[in-house]
Amino acid sequence: MKRLAMPLLALILLLLPLVLPNMYYYDLVIRMTINAVIVLGLNLLIGFAGQISLGHAGFFGIGAYASAVLPTHFGWHPVAALLAGAVATALLAALVAKPIFRLHGHYLAMATLGLGIIIAIVIRNETGYTGGPDGMAVPPLAIFGHEISGEREWYWVFAANLLLSVWFCRNLMDSPFGRALRALHGSEVAAQVVGVDLARYKMAIFVFSAFFASIMGSLTAHYVGFITPNVADFFHSIELVTMVVVGGMASVFGSVVGAVLLTALPQALAAFDGWETVAFGAILMLFMIFLPRGLVPTLAARFGRGE
Amino acid sequence: MATTKVSGGDTPMLLEIDGLSAGYGRIEAVRNVSLAVGRGQLVALVGANGAGKTTLLRTISGVHRSSGGRVLFDGRDITRHRPAERVRLGICQVPEGRQVFGPLSVADNLRLGAYIGCDRRVIADDMDRMYALFPILKQKAALPAGTLSGGQQQMLAMARALMGRPRMLLLDEPSMGLAPLLVEEILAAVNDLRKQGITIFLIEQNAHAALSIADHGYVIESGKVVLSGTGAELLGNEQVRAAYLGI
Repeated sequence: MKRLAMPLLALILLLLPLVLPNMYYYDLVIRMTINAVIVLGLNLLIGFAGQISLGHAGFFGIGAYASAVLPTHFGWHPVAALLAGAVATALLAALVAKPIFRLHGHYLAMATLGLGIIIAIVIRNETGYTGGPDGMAVPPLAIFGHEISGEREWYWVFAANLLLSVWFCRNLMDSPFGRALRALHGSEVAAQVVGVDLARYKMAIFVFSAFFASIMGSLTAHYVGFITPNVADFFHSIELVTMVVVGGMASVFGSVVGAVLLTALPQALAAFDGWETVAFGAILMLFMIFLPRGLVPTLAARFGRGE
Repeated sequence: MATTKVSGGDTPMLLEIDGLSAGYGRIEAVRNVSLAVGRGQLVALVGANGAGKTTLLRTISGVHRSSGGRVLFDGRDITRHRPAERVRLGICQVPEGRQVFGPLSVADNLRLGAYIGCDRRVIADDMDRMYALFPILKQKAALPAGTLSGGQQQMLAMARALMGRPRMLLLDEPSMGLAPLLVEEILAAVNDLRKQGITIFLIEQNAHAALSIADHGYVIESGKVVLSGTGAELLGNEQVRAAYLGI
């Protein structure tokens, strides 16, 4: 099962275009893959470092606006803008996390909550650059002279991106870095006494997941073509955390499943007409009551294949 | 007899603790403790449940912050060092309750023990030495550590600590929850390690077993060291016999 999972994911991504009836579904699947990649990074933080970030939409927003503002106002190449946004996000994350990881407890959640809100406010108020609440257009992304456009082309970009990210995360888990992460997950005391520097590791994961989120923000901005400050909204952060929890903490495929389900759910609930938020909340509560470990780890345990 | 006087620099003592205090909030679990462990010695600290043994050990490995006093390792003040730095200096702890990494394989647990090392060949050699020391670990190398029995987990926890090539091994109640026969086996292994030249600081509730292999012993009560002497002296001491050996 574990060995088959990667080829299975590749096969699904390869065959999906054959069954997607129209652009609406293409768009939905693309949004799933975008969320899945962000959730993969966030899951490393929540699942392994045991820390919660409530500001990942803010990091996503920095990436998105870097890709919108830098090419529009300063004439940067979109790829340079994407990288600049990601590096800036990583630096900001490191700056905020440095003092926090010296403390025990869930202080990161508080700090990132504040940080995310500050980022959203800055984007909203810097109307000269960002267009404020009205949002702004994002120039198209051109790589090697080819301009990526249309849902079909973007689908392959995001599908490849997801596959690469999953592959990367699984390899990461089997590397010495990943072993230390899993040690941390198992017992912080034991990890410390074999020489794992807790603060440094937690910091590395946090910075890394923020970096991931920023890159996805940039790509999403180019794909959508028009962004508003809502991308950096607090509720978006909550959505991402929920995907981690529903899919299953510390599980690579749990991240993918959580992102797919929770991206599709609001669409499926559209029939409830005005009550969809209530239905969404109720479903989450049921998840927490009956599957507190998340979907994938619970199923894996049920069928005797521990992850 | 080795004294507990602290003098920096080149001393025969590998570990010196000087007036160390540590606690949890306002509760002081370790009060003004001074003791010393000589190079190549096996020193045991015995005491009842809640006497402060584990807190003291965690303060030595750096997992717990001290609130006063000093810890000197090899003549060097390490009181403010982080745990990872202490591991690099050669202090490896076998934590209370073993704390093996359950979902990880036995081999991965050992590799994690060599986390600070980098040379793959050295690590592979060290793993072979551990398999020779505890053959059962070799048989179970690919299995998740969580599936091992208590005694096997204790062996794994010790092997994991040894993978860090310690100059000093800190053992926290290796006999906890083990059958008497296994306790003997584990303590025999501890004794072997001492003979190989590793300095060992052993914490035990099982006073008789610990003192009978120790060069030197300390008795701790409510966070304070109340008695010290050679292992044999303490075993013969009336107070110790009455309080800890039930004789």
